[in-house]
Amino acid sequence: MHELSISRAILDTASGYADGRRVVLVSLTIGALRQVVPESLTFYFKIVSQGTLCEGARLAPRLVPARLRCACGEEWELQEPSFRCPRCAGRQVQVLDGEQLSVDSIEVEEAPCTAPR
Amino acid sequence: MHRTKVRVATDVLDANATIARANRADFDRAGVRVVNLMSAPGAGKTALLERVLMNGLDGVRAGVLEGDVQGSFDADRLSALHVPVTQLNTDPGFGGECHLDANMVRSALGALTLEDIDLLVIENVGNLVCPAEFRVGEDARAMISSVTEGEDKPLKYPLMFRTCELVVINKIDLLPHLDFSLARFLENLDRVNPGVEHMLLSARTGEGVYAFAQWLADVARGEAQHA
Repeated sequence: MHELSISRAILDTASGYADGRRVVLVSLTIGALRQVVPESLTFYFKIVSQGTLCEGARLAPRLVPARLRCACGEEWELQEPSFRCPRCAGRQVQVLDGEQLSVDSIEVEEAPCTAPR
Repeated sequence: MHRTKVRVATDVLDANATIARANRADFDRAGVRVVNLMSAPGAGKTALLERVLMNGLDGVRAGVLEGDVQGSFDADRLSALHVPVTQLNTDPGFGGECHLDANMVRSALGALTLEDIDLLVIENVGNLVCPAEFRVGEDARAMISSVTEGEDKPLKYPLMFRTCELVVINKIDLLPHLDFSLARFLENLDRVNPGVEHMLLSARTGEGVYAFAQWLADVARGEAQHA
Protein backbone atom coordinates (compact mmCIF):
# COMPACT_ATOMS: atom_id res chain seq x y z
CA MET A 1 0.00 0.00 0.00
CA HIS A 2 2.96 2.38 0.37
CA GLU A 3 3.31 2.08 -3.40
CA LEU A 4 0.91 5.00 -3.79
CA SER A 5 3.06 7.38 -1.77
CA ILE A 6 6.20 6.05 -3.40
CA SER A 7 4.75 6.44 -6.89
CA ARG A 8 4.04 10.10 -6.08
CA ALA A 9 7.61 10.60 -4.87
CA ILE A 10 8.87 9.00 -8.11
CA LEU A 11 6.63 11.30 -10.12
CA ASP A 12 7.97 14.38 -8.31
CA THR A 13 11.57 13.28 -8.74
CA ALA A 14 11.19 12.44 -12.44
CA SER A 15 9.22 15.61 -13.20
CA GLY A 16 11.89 17.71 -11.49
CA TYR A 17 14.53 16.41 -13.92
CA ALA A 18 12.27 16.49 -17.00
CA ASP A 19 12.70 20.23 -17.44
CA GLY A 20 9.46 20.62 -19.35
CA ARG A 21 10.04 17.63 -21.64
CA ARG A 22 7.74 14.64 -21.90
CA VAL A 23 9.04 11.63 -19.95
CA VAL A 24 8.79 8.26 -21.68
CA LEU A 25 10.81 6.02 -19.36
CA VAL A 26 11.72 6.10 -15.67
CA SER A 27 14.49 3.73 -14.61
CA LEU A 28 14.43 2.75 -10.94
CA THR A 29 16.43 0.68 -8.52
CA ILE A 30 14.37 -1.07 -5.87
CA GLY A 31 16.02 -3.00 -3.06
CA ALA A 32 14.26 -6.12 -1.77
CA LEU A 33 14.18 -4.71 1.78
CA ARG A 34 11.88 -1.89 0.68
CA GLN A 35 9.05 -4.37 0.13
CA VAL A 36 7.79 -2.58 -2.94
CA VAL A 37 5.50 -4.52 -5.24
CA PRO A 38 6.49 -3.45 -8.78
CA GLU A 39 3.07 -4.24 -10.33
CA SER A 40 1.37 -2.15 -7.70
CA LEU A 41 3.83 0.69 -8.24
CA THR A 42 3.15 0.64 -11.99
CA PHE A 43 -0.59 0.73 -11.35
CA TYR A 44 -0.42 3.73 -9.03
CA PHE A 45 2.13 5.55 -11.18
CA LYS A 46 -0.30 5.39 -14.10
CA ILE A 47 -2.94 7.09 -11.95
CA VAL A 48 -0.80 9.79 -10.31
CA SER A 49 0.98 10.69 -13.56
CA GLN A 50 -2.21 11.54 -15.42
CA GLY A 51 -2.07 15.07 -16.77
CA THR A 52 1.64 15.44 -15.99
CA LEU A 53 4.84 15.27 -18.02
CA CYS A 54 5.10 11.62 -17.00
CA GLU A 55 1.73 10.54 -18.34
CA GLY A 56 2.25 7.36 -20.34
CA ALA A 57 5.83 6.93 -19.12
CA ARG A 58 6.97 3.38 -18.49
CA LEU A 59 8.54 2.40 -15.19
CA ALA A 60 11.60 0.18 -15.53
CA PRO A 61 12.51 -1.14 -12.10
CA ARG A 62 15.78 -2.96 -11.46
CA LEU A 63 15.23 -5.26 -8.48
CA VAL A 64 18.17 -5.76 -6.15
CA PRO A 65 18.24 -8.70 -3.72
CA ALA A 66 19.10 -8.09 -0.09
CA ARG A 67 22.67 -9.05 0.86
CA LEU A 68 23.85 -9.17 4.45
CA ARG A 69 27.21 -9.63 6.17
CA CYS A 70 27.82 -10.73 9.72
CA ALA A 71 30.74 -9.62 11.88
CA CYS A 72 31.90 -13.27 11.74
CA GLY A 73 32.48 -12.88 8.01
CA GLU A 74 29.45 -14.80 6.77
CA GLU A 75 27.73 -13.22 3.75
CA TRP A 76 24.35 -14.26 2.47
CA GLU A 77 21.36 -13.29 0.38
CA LEU A 78 18.25 -12.74 2.44
CA GLN A 79 15.37 -15.00 1.37
CA GLU A 80 13.04 -14.41 4.30
CA PRO A 81 13.01 -11.66 6.94
CA SER A 82 15.58 -13.13 9.31
CA PHE A 83 18.38 -10.77 10.25
CA ARG A 84 20.43 -13.02 12.48
CA CYS A 85 23.50 -14.67 11.05
CA PRO A 86 22.67 -18.19 9.80
CA ARG A 87 26.17 -19.36 10.77
CA CYS A 88 26.83 -17.90 14.25
CA ALA A 89 23.34 -16.53 15.14
CA GLY A 90 25.00 -13.17 15.85
CA ARG A 91 23.23 -9.87 15.41
CA GLN A 92 26.16 -7.70 14.35
CA VAL A 93 24.75 -7.85 10.87
CA GLN A 94 25.31 -5.23 8.23
CA VAL A 95 23.07 -4.70 5.21
CA LEU A 96 25.32 -4.65 2.14
CA ASP A 97 22.63 -4.28 -0.46
CA GLY A 98 18.88 -4.16 -0.91
CA GLU A 99 17.86 -0.91 0.77
CA GLN A 100 17.87 1.24 -2.36
CA LEU A 101 14.85 3.08 -3.66
CA SER A 102 16.04 5.49 -6.30
CA VAL A 103 15.31 7.00 -9.66
CA ASP A 104 18.43 6.27 -11.71
CA SER A 105 17.57 7.99 -14.96
CA ILE A 106 14.71 9.14 -17.13
CA GLU A 107 14.27 9.20 -20.89
CA VAL A 108 12.67 12.33 -22.28
CA GLU A 109 11.45 13.40 -25.69
CA GLU A 110 13.42 16.33 -27.00
CA ALA A 111 10.53 18.50 -28.11
CA PRO A 112 8.96 21.17 -25.93
CA CYS A 113 5.75 19.97 -24.41
CA THR A 114 2.82 21.98 -23.16
CA ALA A 115 1.45 19.51 -20.66
CA PRO A 116 1.15 20.90 -17.16
CA ARG A 117 4.05 20.06 -14.87
CA MET B 1 11.68 13.82 -32.18
CA HIS B 2 14.51 11.97 -30.44
CA ARG B 3 14.92 10.64 -26.96
CA THR B 4 17.51 11.72 -24.45
CA LYS B 5 18.55 9.91 -21.33
CA VAL B 6 18.82 12.16 -18.26
CA ARG B 7 20.85 10.95 -15.31
CA VAL B 8 18.90 11.36 -12.06
CA ALA B 9 20.51 9.08 -9.42
CA THR B 10 18.30 10.41 -6.64
CA ASP B 11 16.74 8.62 -3.72
CA VAL B 12 13.00 8.59 -4.23
CA LEU B 13 12.42 9.91 -0.71
CA ASP B 14 15.18 12.52 -0.92
CA ALA B 15 12.73 15.44 -0.86
CA ASN B 16 11.10 14.05 2.28
CA ALA B 17 14.48 13.49 3.93
CA THR B 18 15.49 17.11 3.26
CA ILE B 19 12.34 18.46 4.88
CA ALA B 20 12.71 16.01 7.78
CA ARG B 21 16.21 17.40 8.42
CA ALA B 22 14.81 20.95 8.41
CA ASN B 23 12.14 19.89 10.94
CA ARG B 24 14.79 18.26 13.08
CA ALA B 25 16.90 21.44 12.99
CA ASP B 26 13.88 23.50 14.12
CA PHE B 27 13.13 21.06 16.94
CA ASP B 28 16.78 21.08 18.00
CA ARG B 29 16.85 24.89 18.06
CA ALA B 30 13.77 24.87 20.31
CA GLY B 31 15.37 22.23 22.53
CA VAL B 32 12.54 19.80 21.84
CA ARG B 33 13.07 16.06 21.40
CA VAL B 34 10.65 14.23 19.16
CA VAL B 35 9.23 10.71 19.20
CA ASN B 36 7.42 9.27 16.20
CA LEU B 37 4.85 6.81 17.59
CA MET B 38 3.48 4.32 15.10
CA SER B 39 1.23 1.26 15.06
CA ALA B 40 -1.67 -0.41 13.29
CA PRO B 41 -5.09 1.20 13.86
CA GLY B 42 -6.44 0.26 17.26
CA ALA B 43 -3.17 -0.95 18.79
CA GLY B 44 -3.53 1.60 21.57
CA LYS B 45 -1.40 4.64 20.70
CA THR B 46 -3.86 7.14 22.13
CA ALA B 47 -4.76 4.96 25.12
CA LEU B 48 -1.10 4.60 26.02
CA LEU B 49 -0.47 8.34 25.65
CA GLU B 50 -3.51 9.06 27.82
CA ARG B 51 -2.14 6.74 30.47
CA VAL B 52 1.42 8.13 30.55
CA LEU B 53 0.48 11.80 30.20
CA MET B 54 -2.11 11.50 32.97
CA ASN B 55 0.63 10.47 35.41
CA GLY B 56 3.20 12.92 34.09
CA LEU B 57 6.65 12.25 32.68
CA ASP B 58 8.93 12.93 35.59
CA GLY B 59 8.93 16.69 35.08
CA VAL B 60 9.23 16.53 31.29
CA ARG B 61 6.77 18.86 29.56
CA ALA B 62 5.17 16.91 26.72
CA GLY B 63 3.08 17.94 23.74
CA VAL B 64 1.32 15.79 21.18
CA LEU B 65 0.89 16.13 17.43
CA GLU B 66 -2.05 13.97 16.41
CA GLY B 67 -2.01 12.62 12.90
CA ASP B 68 -5.30 11.30 11.61
CA VAL B 69 -6.95 10.89 8.26
CA GLN B 70 -10.07 12.59 9.59
CA GLY B 71 -11.56 13.99 12.75
CA SER B 72 -10.12 15.09 16.08
CA PHE B 73 -11.34 12.19 18.25
CA ASP B 74 -7.87 11.42 19.61
CA ALA B 75 -6.94 15.08 20.11
CA ASP B 76 -10.17 15.60 22.05
CA ARG B 77 -9.34 12.66 24.31
CA LEU B 78 -5.85 13.95 25.01
CA SER B 79 -6.74 17.61 25.48
CA ALA B 80 -8.61 16.62 28.64
CA LEU B 81 -5.17 15.93 30.12
CA HIS B 82 -4.10 19.59 29.81
CA VAL B 83 -1.17 18.95 27.53
CA PRO B 84 -0.79 20.94 24.31
CA VAL B 85 -2.32 18.87 21.50
CA THR B 86 -2.27 19.82 17.84
CA GLN B 87 -4.43 18.01 15.30
CA LEU B 88 -3.09 17.29 11.85
CA ASN B 89 -5.53 15.82 9.34
CA THR B 90 -4.23 14.23 6.18
CA ASP B 91 -7.60 14.25 4.45
CA PRO B 92 -7.03 16.99 1.83
CA GLY B 93 -4.68 14.58 0.03
CA PHE B 94 -5.56 11.71 -2.26
CA GLY B 95 -8.58 10.52 -0.28
CA GLY B 96 -6.58 11.07 2.92
CA GLU B 97 -2.94 10.12 3.33
CA CYS B 98 -2.31 6.94 5.28
CA HIS B 99 0.79 8.36 7.00
CA LEU B 100 2.43 11.60 8.05
CA ASP B 101 5.31 12.85 5.96
CA ALA B 102 7.89 15.50 6.76
CA ASN B 103 6.05 18.21 4.88
CA MET B 104 2.78 17.63 6.73
CA VAL B 105 4.61 17.91 10.04
CA ARG B 106 6.36 21.03 8.76
CA SER B 107 2.97 22.58 7.98
CA ALA B 108 1.97 22.07 11.62
CA LEU B 109 5.12 23.62 13.11
CA GLY B 110 3.51 27.05 13.39
CA ALA B 111 0.68 25.64 15.48
CA LEU B 112 3.01 23.85 17.92
CA THR B 113 4.05 25.79 20.99
CA LEU B 114 7.58 24.41 21.01
CA GLU B 115 8.75 26.88 23.66
CA ASP B 116 6.35 25.29 26.18
CA ILE B 117 7.47 21.69 25.75
CA ASP B 118 10.55 19.46 26.07
CA LEU B 119 9.14 16.49 24.23
CA LEU B 120 6.85 16.21 21.24
CA VAL B 121 5.14 12.89 20.61
CA ILE B 122 3.91 12.58 17.05
CA GLU B 123 1.09 10.07 16.95
CA ASN B 124 1.25 8.86 13.39
CA VAL B 125 -1.70 7.63 11.33
CA GLY B 126 -2.55 4.02 12.24
CA ASN B 127 -0.77 1.94 9.60
CA LEU B 128 2.06 -0.61 9.68
CA VAL B 129 3.34 0.11 6.20
CA CYS B 130 3.69 3.69 4.96
CA PRO B 131 4.74 5.50 8.17
CA ALA B 132 7.87 3.32 8.22
CA GLU B 133 9.06 4.95 4.99
CA PHE B 134 8.69 8.59 5.93
CA ARG B 135 10.90 10.22 8.54
CA VAL B 136 9.41 13.42 9.86
CA GLY B 137 12.32 14.88 11.86
CA GLU B 138 12.08 12.64 14.92
CA ASP B 139 14.85 11.72 17.37
CA ALA B 140 13.45 8.27 18.06
CA ARG B 141 10.86 5.92 16.64
CA ALA B 142 8.62 3.71 18.72
CA MET B 143 5.91 1.34 17.61
CA ILE B 144 3.14 -0.49 19.40
CA SER B 145 2.12 -4.01 18.52
CA SER B 146 -0.83 -5.31 20.50
CA VAL B 147 -1.23 -8.97 21.34
CA THR B 148 -4.59 -9.09 19.56
CA GLU B 149 -2.76 -8.54 16.27
CA GLY B 150 -1.07 -11.94 16.35
CA GLU B 151 2.50 -13.09 16.71
CA ASP B 152 3.32 -13.12 12.99
CA LYS B 153 3.31 -9.34 12.55
CA PRO B 154 7.09 -8.76 12.72
CA LEU B 155 7.52 -11.19 9.82
CA LYS B 156 4.75 -9.56 7.81
CA TYR B 157 5.85 -5.96 8.37
CA PRO B 158 9.63 -6.18 8.77
CA LEU B 159 10.13 -2.65 7.45
CA MET B 160 8.14 -1.21 10.37
CA PHE B 161 9.62 -3.48 13.02
CA ARG B 162 13.16 -2.80 11.78
CA THR B 163 12.83 0.97 11.70
CA CYS B 164 12.02 1.40 15.41
CA GLU B 165 14.25 1.87 18.43
CA LEU B 166 11.50 0.56 20.70
CA VAL B 167 8.74 -2.01 20.27
CA VAL B 168 5.91 -1.79 22.81
CA ILE B 169 3.76 -4.87 23.22
CA ASN B 170 0.36 -3.68 24.41
CA LYS B 171 -2.85 -5.27 25.76
CA ILE B 172 -1.00 -7.92 27.78
CA ASP B 173 -4.01 -8.01 30.13
CA LEU B 174 -5.76 -9.93 27.34
CA LEU B 175 -3.13 -12.69 27.13
CA PRO B 176 -5.16 -15.21 29.20
CA HIS B 177 -8.02 -14.93 26.69
CA LEU B 178 -5.97 -15.29 23.50
CA ASP B 179 -3.99 -17.97 21.68
CA PHE B 180 -1.20 -15.43 21.26
CA SER B 181 2.20 -16.94 22.06
CA LEU B 182 4.40 -14.23 23.50
CA ALA B 183 7.46 -16.45 23.10
CA ARG B 184 6.79 -16.88 19.39
CA PHE B 185 6.19 -13.15 18.93
CA LEU B 186 9.49 -12.32 20.62
CA GLU B 187 11.23 -14.95 18.51
CA ASN B 188 9.80 -13.38 15.35
CA LEU B 189 10.75 -9.90 16.55
CA ASP B 190 14.29 -11.13 17.23
CA ARG B 191 14.57 -12.52 13.70
CA VAL B 192 13.54 -9.22 12.12
CA ASN B 193 15.26 -6.76 14.47
CA PRO B 194 17.67 -8.70 16.67
CA GLY B 195 18.22 -7.12 20.06
CA VAL B 196 15.70 -4.28 19.65
CA GLU B 197 14.45 -2.87 22.95
CA HIS B 198 10.94 -4.00 23.79
CA MET B 199 8.54 -3.69 26.70
CA LEU B 200 5.33 -5.42 27.74
CA LEU B 201 2.46 -3.35 29.06
CA SER B 202 -1.25 -2.76 29.24
CA ALA B 203 -2.47 0.76 28.60
CA ARG B 204 -5.84 -0.34 30.01
CA THR B 205 -4.68 -1.60 33.41
CA GLY B 206 -1.54 0.50 33.58
CA GLU B 207 0.70 -2.53 34.09
CA GLY B 208 4.21 -1.86 32.77
CA VAL B 209 3.31 1.63 31.60
CA TYR B 210 5.89 3.26 33.84
CA ALA B 211 8.70 1.82 31.73
CA PHE B 212 7.31 3.56 28.66
CA ALA B 213 6.97 6.85 30.54
CA GLN B 214 10.59 6.44 31.60
CA TRP B 215 11.66 5.75 28.03
CA LEU B 216 9.92 8.92 26.85
CA ALA B 217 11.55 10.92 29.63
CA ASP B 218 14.95 9.48 28.61
CA VAL B 219 14.39 10.55 25.01
CA ALA B 220 13.41 14.03 26.23
CA ARG B 221 16.68 14.23 28.16
CA GLY B 222 18.61 12.98 25.18
CA GLU B 223 19.51 9.72 26.90
CA ALA B 224 17.73 7.23 24.66
CA GLN B 225 19.22 5.78 21.51
CA HIS B 226 18.88 8.10 18.55
CA ALA B 227 17.22 7.50 15.22
